[in-house]
Formats: sequence, structure tokens, C-alpha cells
Amino acid sequence: MTATASEPSLASRAPGVAFILKKALISALVALVLFSLMIGIRTEAGPTGQLIYWTRFGDLAAMVAAVFGGSIVMELLRQWWGPVGTIRIVPKRVQGMLAVARRGIAPLLLTFTLLVPVIFYDQRYILDLGILVLTYVMLGWGLNVVVGLAGLLDLGYVAFYAVGAYSYALLATNFGLSFWVCLPLAGILASFWGVLLGFPVLRLRGDYLAIVTLAFGEIIRLVIINWQSLTGGPNGVSGIPRPTLFGIPLTPGPDGLAAKLGIEFSPTHRIVFLFYLILALALLTNWVTIRLRRLPIGRAWEALREDQVACRALGINTTTTKLTAFATGALFGGLAGAFFATRQGFISPESFTFQESALVLAIVVLGGMGSQLGVALAALTMIGGFELFRSLEQYRMLAFGLAMVLLMIWRPRGLIGHRAPTVFLRHSQAISSDLVKEGHG
Amino acid sequence: MSGDHILTVDRLSMRFGGILAVNDLSFTAGRGKITALIGPNGAGKTTVFNCITGFYKPSGGTMRLAHDGATEIRLERLKDFRISRQARVARTFQNIRLFPGMTALENLMVAQHNALMLASGLTFLGLIGAPSWRAAEKRAIDQATLWLDRIGLLDRADDAAGNLPYGDQRRLEIARAMCTEPALLCLDEPAAGLNARESAALSELLLSIRSDYGTSILLIEHDMSVVMEISDHVVVMDYGVKIAEGTPKEIRDDPKVIAAYLGVEDDEVAAVEQELGL
Repeated sequence: MTATASEPSLASRAPGVAFILKKALISALVALVLFSLMIGIRTEAGPTGQLIYWTRFGDLAAMVAAVFGGSIVMELLRQWWGPVGTIRIVPKRVQGMLAVARRGIAPLLLTFTLLVPVIFYDQRYILDLGILVLTYVMLGWGLNVVVGLAGLLDLGYVAFYAVGAYSYALLATNFGLSFWVCLPLAGILASFWGVLLGFPVLRLRGDYLAIVTLAFGEIIRLVIINWQSLTGGPNGVSGIPRPTLFGIPLTPGPDGLAAKLGIEFSPTHRIVFLFYLILALALLTNWVTIRLRRLPIGRAWEALREDQVACRALGINTTTTKLTAFATGALFGGLAGAFFATRQGFISPESFTFQESALVLAIVVLGGMGSQLGVALAALTMIGGFELFRSLEQYRMLAFGLAMVLLMIWRPRGLIGHRAPTVFLRHSQAISSDLVKEGHG
Repeated sequence: MSGDHILTVDRLSMRFGGILAVNDLSFTAGRGKITALIGPNGAGKTTVFNCITGFYKPSGGTMRLAHDGATEIRLERLKDFRISRQARVARTFQNIRLFPGMTALENLMVAQHNALMLASGLTFLGLIGAPSWRAAEKRAIDQATLWLDRIGLLDRADDAAGNLPYGDQRRLEIARAMCTEPALLCLDEPAAGLNARESAALSELLLSIRSDYGTSILLIEHDMSVVMEISDHVVVMDYGVKIAEGTPKEIRDDPKVIAAYLGVEDDEVAAVEQELGL
């Protein structure tokens, strides 16, 4: 990481005890106002419909005290590990070693991923989790094109995932088309919808764009629910054919792959096949995105994120550039959707709620917008971490939320916060995230 | 008909609600010449630029651009990005608008977007890494390198544009505009914030652009040393109207211009001039 251009002097920023206490006091006050009704007073409807209420000032006091203490701890943490400090505190040599480690992490991760089905062959749970993580890696990489590169905040990405899934499900169940024919079709259809969404929202910027994409995601879901004759409505589509290895099904019958290879059939074969299938699809997404970044279209996307007005002055058609970003992102979403349908064998609108869009967006933001490796790491953290906290049961979301908050304090621009140039003359040096814009649609 | 004029602005008006920012403005920019547009703050100079480069649709009037031996292009009828592409008009901005998170080299590569887009076969040839695309990309990098060398930023090619010193950013923005291979280059206060030495270097750069590429330059500038040194023709605006036009020498002595800048009545200027024996 390059040294930051503008290093705010610690002296002017390092607040004293008074500042920390003041900040904590304000936080506690806000908490008091918020929680006085939420926690301080508990109301219930009595047996005859009258209002029964009682006060819980003890709980309220505990909550406010927790906020007060937490705020102090947070401020101290921010001062010790804050994004300003890390760069300066870490010595040059360690920084160099970190850079080497960073370069090595991607091949290591890839090798490990390739070996997962070999190492964990007997552990169905891990394989399933791996497939899930890889699906989100692919979705994250797809959305990264739109949000990370082009800087267009898309809150309705799940719509394209749904279009892809339903495209495959309906084409396969109604016309008996095979997975390998449907896969590109699902991608193209999702892409087409991406362009359709793109047209009306092109004039919008920032928050307005986000709201309209959010609405688009909901519209697609509602259409799927209500168009019963085509999509089966809330009942979904079932009996979606499983993928075949270029026509050879992975079934126990005499036509199955196991019989042809002369080995004993095992249901794990299909899981392993699915694992490598989604890995291949995700790697395709990654490869295409990396290639596109080095092409004029990818550079135009990033330029659009940096400054739209300057783009127009340079003769870049911002309309088509945005549309291509939407279409490319949607294409990958559609491919992932088709995979999702064939893996599940059953899809229903419940799988395509706003929560999915939010999750994928969180992966992109957490990973560091625009960074491929960051997105992959974030998907692993988010989906894997979610499973890790499963033992905490009802506190899972709490622990998870806390982890997210801490991560965002420590790394406000995501896990990989810097940008790698797409072309260089002498040496490629990473660009500090302070300079890279987030885009405003 | 307008062989020696690259740009003919005729009766241009721009109205924002009740404010008439540009009122019935007519002027021409000579081919291969440097034309300066000057005037006090708020005179409407940048509005004129925004009309010429398509960021605003003018309320009235015409702007005709004539390339060598080609038919005239009516700028007011083109969309902003087409003005750069078809009319080959490039511009810089008063408040620098580089792509700060991209390197200096990348900034110059983005400027060659349209040519590269065609060379990459609308991305498809580029995606498979066709040799023709690789050659085109190499040419684009060479072109960018050439400009980086010209503005003295070759050593900082791989630095983020946002990290460059202010003066370098100004020059990089001019180089970026030149990478679109314009026939008319519109510069909005290129010397703003530069010190005397940097201003002199800028004047030199602009003169060399004119002589080496034959690019016509339209210039908004407050730094009179730059204006007087390099411009062939000066147009003075105040309150949205043209108050004077002529060679730098004529403008320097024009009482109306002095009045506009110093804010005194015409007769007062005359009185002062009489005193000084002008």
C-alpha cells in the first residue's frame, strides 16, 4: 500500500480524555432517548383489552451503561488500530512482507478451493457450504462490476439471479432443454433484463438510483409470485433437472456416470460435480472481469465511477457505458441463478428476497469495492462466518453484526481497500483508497 | 465560407430562469489561433464553454464549427459526448476534473476511449486478445507516453492522478484533452493557481500545441500575463455580453475593458487617461 497522500496529523486528531468522555456521553444520551420507550417501558394488552405496562429501568440503565462503555472502548480502538494509524505504525519491512503475502494469498486460496472436494470428500456439510460460498463469490464478482467498477449502487441485484434461475427452471421443465443449453440462455435473458432496468434508471444518480433498483428487484419477485400460470406463484417450480456432465447424468442407473466409469455410485459425485461447476463459473466471472478491466470498456466504467462529467467531455457515451455495466453484472447474476436452480432442484420466490441483494451488496462493500480478491474473502467471511456463529443460536446475528461493525471501523473501505492500476509503464503500484471514488451512479 | 474561422458563435444566449447568463454573444475563433475569452468573475465565460461543449443547451443562437474542407457542424444540435467525438472539441475544467483514483497513464488511456473501443472490436476482439487489439493498445500507450513526456510527467506515469501536485494536475488535464485529438481545445482557466514559473511553462506548452498540432485554442483566463503573451485574439465579456474584442494590445488599452475590470465609470477612466496624457 502506498503511503497516504494526506496524513492528518495525529496531534490535531488525537482527542483527549475529555473528548472521549463527551462522545460517550452523547452516545449514552442518544441510547437513553431511544431505549427509554423500547426497553424502559413494556406494554402488553391485558385480558380485557386494556393496556398493561410496567417499567424496566434496571434494564434501561444497563443498556445505556453498555453504550457508554462501548463507545469509550470503540473510540480507543479507533485510535489504536484506526485506518490512519495502521499504515504508519507498520514498519516498511513488515509492509513488504505483507505485500508478498497478499500476492500469495490468491493462488493459495485457489489451490485450496480446488482441493476442497479431495480433502473433505466425506464431509457433505463442508462441500455444501463450499458450494454456497462459491455461489456468493460469483454473485459478489458479478455485482462488483456494477457497484465496484462502474460505481452504480444496485440494490436489486437479486432480480437477475431470479431471472437466471427461473429461465433455466422454466426452459428445462417446459421444453426439456439441457442445462448446458439453458446456461447461456439464462445469462442472456438476465442480461436483457439488466438493459431493460438500465434504461429507466440511467437519468438517476446516487440514492435515487439505489431506490429504483431496489424497487426493480421487488417488482421481479412480485411478478414471479403473481404470474401463477407461468411460474407457479408461491409454490415455485419443482422437479428441475439436475445438471449432466455433457449429457451423461450423475445417477445410479446404467446410463449414469458411475456405471460408465465402472465405479460404485455415490451421491457425493454429484455434489463434487456441482462444486467444480460453480467454481468454474465463478472463475469464468473472475477471468472475464479482470480482462474487461484492462479493456477500454472496463476503464470507462472506472472513469465513470471517478467522474461522469469528465467522461462526457472526453466523448464517452455514459448511457451505453452504464448499460454495458448493468448487462455484464446481470449476465453473471443470471448464470449464478441457473446454477442455483439446478443445484436446488426446486426454486420459489422466497429465495429471491431483498435480503439476498443486501447480502451480496454487503459482500462487495466489505470486500473493498472493485477488488476481486477482497470480494472472494468477504464472501468467505460472510457466508462462512455466518455458519461459524451457528452454535451461538439466537445471538448469531448479534455476534455477526458486531463483527461487521468492528471490521468496518478497522477497514472502512473494505478488506482490500486499494486499487490496482489496469495498465502501467514501469511498475504497478497500488492506489490508496483515499483517492478512489465510490461513484454516485 | 469561414475558411479562417474554426468556430463561429452567432447571437448565443443562455437563460437560467430569470437570469440571462449570456446575452446575444457573437464571436469567432480563428483556425490554428489562440483566442482568449476574458472578463470579470460571473461574466458568463464558463457558461459559453458549457454551451460550446454541449453541457448546456443554449436558449438561442448558433455555434458553427468548421473543420478543414468539411461541412459545418452545428454544435448546439449535438449531444455532449458527440461533440468530442464528431466535432473534435475537447475541454478542461475550471476545477480540475481528472480521474483521481486512476494513474496519470490511465487518465490518458481513458481519453482515447472511442478509438480503442473500435480497435477492441467493441470489447469482443479485446476479450480474446486479438493481435490487432494488442497493437492498438500499444499505440495508445505510446501516444500517452508521448504526452506524459511532453508535460514532464513521465516519471510519475504510474502515480495516481489525485496524488500529483496541483500544477501537474493542470497539465495532465490538458494532455488528457489533447489525447482525444481535438481540432479545438477549450481551456477553462488553465493557469489558475499556478505560480509564475508554472504559468510560463503553461504558455510554452500551449504555444507548442498550436504550432505542432495546429490545434485551435479557446482560452478562459484571468492571468493576464498568459493572455497577453500567447493569445492572437481576445474577446472581453461582462454581464453576459461582449464589450470588446481585438488583439491583446487593443484590449489592454480599451477604456471599456479597464472600466469592467476596475469598476469605474467610463468618464472617470477618460479623466484619468487625460491626466496621464494618454
